[in-house]
Amino acid sequence: MPDKRITIQAARFDPDHDEKPRLQSYEIPFYDESMVVLDALNYIKSHVDGSLSYRWSCRMGICGSCGMMVNGTPKLTCNAFLRDYWPRPVVVQPLNNFPLIRDLVIDMDDFMHKLKSIKPWIIRKQEMALGAGEHRQTNEQIDDFRQFSECINCMLCYAACPVYGLNEEFLGPAAIALARRYNLDSRDQGLKDRLPVIADPEGVWECSFVGECSVVCPKGVDPAKAIQQTKLDTTMRFVLPYGNRD
Amino acid sequence: MDFESYDVLVVGGGLAGIRAAIAAVEANPRVKVGMVSKVYPMRSHTVSAEGGAAAVMRPEDSYQTHAFDTIKGSDYLADQDVVEAFVREAPLEIIQMEHWGCPWSREPDGTISVRPFGGMTTWRTVFAADKSGFHMLHTVFQTSLKYPQITRHDEAFVTKLLVEDSRCVGVVSLDIRTGRFEAITAKAVILATGGLGRVYAFTTNGNICTGDGMALAYRAGVGLKDMEMVQFHPTGLPFTGILITEAVRGEGGYLLNNGGERFLKRYVPNKMELGPRDIISRAMVTEFEAGRGFDGPHGKYMHLDVRHLGEKVIDRKLPFMRELGREFVGIDIVKEPIPVRPVQHYMMGGVDADISGITPILGLYAAGECANVGLNGGNRLGSNSLSECLVFGAAAGRAAAHYASSAKPVSANPVDAMLWDEARRVEADYLEKKGGDERIGVIREEMQKEMDAGAGVFRTREALSRLARNLGGLRERFEKVKIEDSSRTFNTEIIAALELNFMLEVSSAITFSALAREESRGAHARLDFPERDDKKFLKHTLAFHTNALAPRLEYSDVTITNFQPQARTY
Repeated sequence: MPDKRITIQAARFDPDHDEKPRLQSYEIPFYDESMVVLDALNYIKSHVDGSLSYRWSCRMGICGSCGMMVNGTPKLTCNAFLRDYWPRPVVVQPLNNFPLIRDLVIDMDDFMHKLKSIKPWIIRKQEMALGAGEHRQTNEQIDDFRQFSECINCMLCYAACPVYGLNEEFLGPAAIALARRYNLDSRDQGLKDRLPVIADPEGVWECSFVGECSVVCPKGVDPAKAIQQTKLDTTMRFVLPYGNRD
Repeated sequence: MDFESYDVLVVGGGLAGIRAAIAAVEANPRVKVGMVSKVYPMRSHTVSAEGGAAAVMRPEDSYQTHAFDTIKGSDYLADQDVVEAFVREAPLEIIQMEHWGCPWSREPDGTISVRPFGGMTTWRTVFAADKSGFHMLHTVFQTSLKYPQITRHDEAFVTKLLVEDSRCVGVVSLDIRTGRFEAITAKAVILATGGLGRVYAFTTNGNICTGDGMALAYRAGVGLKDMEMVQFHPTGLPFTGILITEAVRGEGGYLLNNGGERFLKRYVPNKMELGPRDIISRAMVTEFEAGRGFDGPHGKYMHLDVRHLGEKVIDRKLPFMRELGREFVGIDIVKEPIPVRPVQHYMMGGVDADISGITPILGLYAAGECANVGLNGGNRLGSNSLSECLVFGAAAGRAAAHYASSAKPVSANPVDAMLWDEARRVEADYLEKKGGDERIGVIREEMQKEMDAGAGVFRTREALSRLARNLGGLRERFEKVKIEDSSRTFNTEIIAALELNFMLEVSSAITFSALAREESRGAHARLDFPERDDKKFLKHTLAFHTNALAPRLEYSDVTITNFQPQARTY
């Protein structure tokens, strides 16, 4: 079918001119079964309307730039296939729960601050000298934290999280999962440094365990699990004699 | 006018840039470092690197063999002193990454594991499953957050280097979110902006790989070195160009033609699937032309088959490949072969820089893919580039910090005028221009198609000349480009225009450098000059910006230390 077409309804918002976002409809050729929503946006920008704004780069589901709401669900648009929506129109909107900058571009500075607040780096009482070589760590020890290290910071989990939607102070799924990634790393001794942030009332305790974060994660990370494990951990710290975990 | 001022300013937030920023601070904790990136650093294209980072890690390996493999792989165009320094530093950088938390895959005894890779005579590629670049980038980025001396300017696009009296004193950047032009001054500037793959239509590179740093340096008068040396990776997915890692072959995958034959036995009989990328890509195109490829809706392809490795090995060593197959092709690589064809992947050429990243302009440094420090010559070996980002990123960071510690402060006076001029130029060329009727996307697509056709795996004088003429036509049309977006807020159309302007310039540098190199060496394969010609062309090409379409070309000597050029067979 050489002239198959699909309708894309994209959210438009320019803070200089608009009070609130509106949907703009574009009918574009659906020329290849392999086309994804991002290809459709790129077609619009190249051939129909150069002013449509959105972020993207790798188009292979690893850079984390192109998350948007696709027919109401948070998705990486680079692997949301048009064939799964056609012949219905595809509604593309900015990720929920974030301040809007422009069109499909959200403001994620809040996450960048939260990421830093959980101290996402290896903390050790004594740093090892380079000349001493590597820390020994087995693949099984890596398996303990592996899935939490796969977070691509795409923000889909924040868009899906009803708690974050109500309370932007909530540390949120990705930041907690990344804290867990370091806390579970056999090379790390920084749990105590991270506790004030993750055990704070706005940390893990704010989560009401809806679990949507884990459902929408495109990388198979399970932030809900990280949150529940962390709750257990922080509780145990008060029960167990102080100082027996570092 | 107020502006941010640093000792060292890094342009680019990928692996080389972040490594440089941390190295600068660690070399001198009093150094104030700025990092400006057009995307949040964790979006940088390092994230897409898969296979691993090369370093001598095992007692049976040696610096000597890593150096020789790299130099032979380069078809003797690498500077051998640079290679020798690189192989010594690389293992330390791998350990440094481990200390910072990189989840390198391990041996049963808990030591760092290595895998075989193309063109390497022994196992020396360190890896984090098949998401090595992703893990390395997130590791250095997250680690960089602990240094209060590093200040980031995320989502700011550098449009010009500030050069005063032959000294680089900072940049002009466009804050994407606000549309404001800003001068960011620094005693030393490090370019670490990555590659230029988006000048081609079929590329593994992300949308952001537009050769910005190369074009910035080029316009400032620095030569671009060996720009004809463009790497085509043998295994990209048809249509998308998504990279299927060389580690698939490293772990034992077969490359098969439409007769089910491991055709590489005719081209690299001693290496087979572990031959170097340039030769394997040429072998594939040769097979296609002989009618031995598969025909698909997106052109010819070969099969990359890992079925015999079994599910357990695939899930442990190549889980991302299985995910990519499932998500983007709709196949399970445990049960079906992967369709692949050669795809633009990497730029050996780049900003002329020395072993410490020092460029000919005082205060200007370059590292990573945007630089050409002389490591990769005519063909880079797979897994040398992640190590290159670490080794030469760190070297540039240290050199810049050292220089900045004793350099004169930047005087505000000329900076104000330069900022004003640059802001006016961009406003006049793009934002305020009326009456243009050319679409950015259309010119970009035509440029990409032309580059695929004229400066691909095989080249001829005829095709390159046609390409040069057509690029000239596209540059004229670019003058009449139309900007539809009048907003100041997150105007990605202006960014796309600035990027396209950069890409048209680096495309010319590639084309004219390729036209002038009348020999075949490494990735530069001329059908009309099929032999390597050491007498005439054991030289680096240096392309200098002119006001015309064609650059001015010069040549410089290749540094030979211990390895005399010999025939390159595998």
